Amino acid sequence: MSVQKETAAVANTADNPTESTLGTTRVKRGMAEQLKNGVIMDVVTPEQAKIAEDAGAVAVMALERVPADIRADGGVARMSDPDMIDGIVSAVSIPVMAKARIGHFVEAQVLQSLGVDFIDESEVLTPADEAHHIDKLAFTVPFVCGATSISEALRRIGEGAAMIRSKGEAGTGNVVEATRHMRAIRSEIKRLGTLDEVELFAAAKELRAPYDVVKEVARIGKLPVPLFSAGGVATPADAAMMRQLGAESVFVGSGIFKSDEPGKRADAIVQATLHYDDPSVVAKVSRGLGTAMVGINLDNLDETERYAGRGW
Amino acid sequence: MSATPSIGVLGLQGDTAEHLAALGGLGVPGTPVTRPERLDDVQGLIIPGGESTTMAKLAVRYELMEPLRKHVAEGMPVYGTCAGMIMLADRVLDGIEDQQTIGGIDMTVRRNAFGRQTESFEANVRIEGAGEAPFDAVFIRAPWVESVGEDVRVLGRVTYGEKAGRIVAVRQGGLLATSFHPELTGDPRLHRLFVEMVKGQA
Repeated sequence: MSVQKETAAVANTADNPTESTLGTTRVKRGMAEQLKNGVIMDVVTPEQAKIAEDAGAVAVMALERVPADIRADGGVARMSDPDMIDGIVSAVSIPVMAKARIGHFVEAQVLQSLGVDFIDESEVLTPADEAHHIDKLAFTVPFVCGATSISEALRRIGEGAAMIRSKGEAGTGNVVEATRHMRAIRSEIKRLGTLDEVELFAAAKELRAPYDVVKEVARIGKLPVPLFSAGGVATPADAAMMRQLGAESVFVGSGIFKSDEPGKRADAIVQATLHYDDPSVVAKVSRGLGTAMVGINLDNLDETERYAGRGW
Repeated sequence: MSATPSIGVLGLQGDTAEHLAALGGLGVPGTPVTRPERLDDVQGLIIPGGESTTMAKLAVRYELMEPLRKHVAEGMPVYGTCAGMIMLADRVLDGIEDQQTIGGIDMTVRRNAFGRQTESFEANVRIEGAGEAPFDAVFIRAPWVESVGEDVRVLGRVTYGEKAGRIVAVRQGGLLATSFHPELTGDPRLHRLFVEMVKGQA
């Protein structure tokens, strides 16, 4: 079954029919697969979570402030208050994700104990470790991590990430960085597919990524986990463009609840994500959405205000 | 019925691609279905895993729910995994208010019965009619079948721990449903069984 997803090689297997195993690699990556084609929306209150769910979101990201507000407020951004996460978990029946700081494994332990369905080890929060990302293999809950390049993506997968997303430049409403990251990751995947065995060893060294993951990507022509896009998606056309660039779906952060009519925009982005290859649908759902979030031109963003450079 | 039927995979949301790959591995042409008219081009349909409440909502909103019900009523074979099992259930517990399903299998399914993602697991499950060897079954926020009507055949149950005895695979006529995801593990036996059902040979 060479066409099947090649998760078996790294997964734990339950050989004994009387036992079951929690949180295997297959269970974690499998959860990520279930979210494909769906839109994951940032929400800060139970009311917003309901609006997102009603609009057809496949999951919500529970956080205290959307990235646009984190930018505006400045200071250190951390994991959300457990009360706030509980409030959202009990408000909706779809899966709930939450963010931990890069390298902050205790925030991740807390989120796992709260029963969230997915953790985003996110550059949107202030990094807590300058050298190490969280050892995600040590958790039963799956993780999604941001990447700007194949090199970062493969290191995160090596650490146990079950999903990769572009970093984009969150909270700007500007999709240019997400475009850059998606194009970079896709073209690097294609390049790996052209290399022979010997060259793959050299590539793994160059990319500072685990050889077995590099080899797997070269063989199957895609990441071994779902690739989503995030960061700056604000319109239905943005979402459709990310899909056409190879994203298996999108995260929408500030774009929905910083716009005029969140419910309507959320519904429109869900439809554009599904029918991303049909411009007539994207056109239809783009009508009369009111004002999108104002957004930030990245030329006006100081280097220290950029999130995509966080993580390594 | 042609020798190699064309089988659709509902593409509203979820792991559609993995089911298409599983069908491809059996040499059966699969086609994603996101619009009602595509249902007329296929002889069988797979409803993938995903988030059942989202899938149901989108099916209603994009005018697929009624055509799906019509095709099931007219006897189109359908295989549902996880969320797909919920979609084929006549009755759902722990769903959202007014959760709609296609229905067709006389059963009550409890959504997320095995728990949230942190309780998701892998276990071996034997399936009647799909060989002696157990499936390495992947359960993700999975439902179980709480009860079945007399026309429903139970094909598999979990066999361990406090959940032992819970029904996770059923068949009623041309409708097949599993709580777990054979599309994620590369084990082709359930897809092969379904293809035979579509051909009218099982």
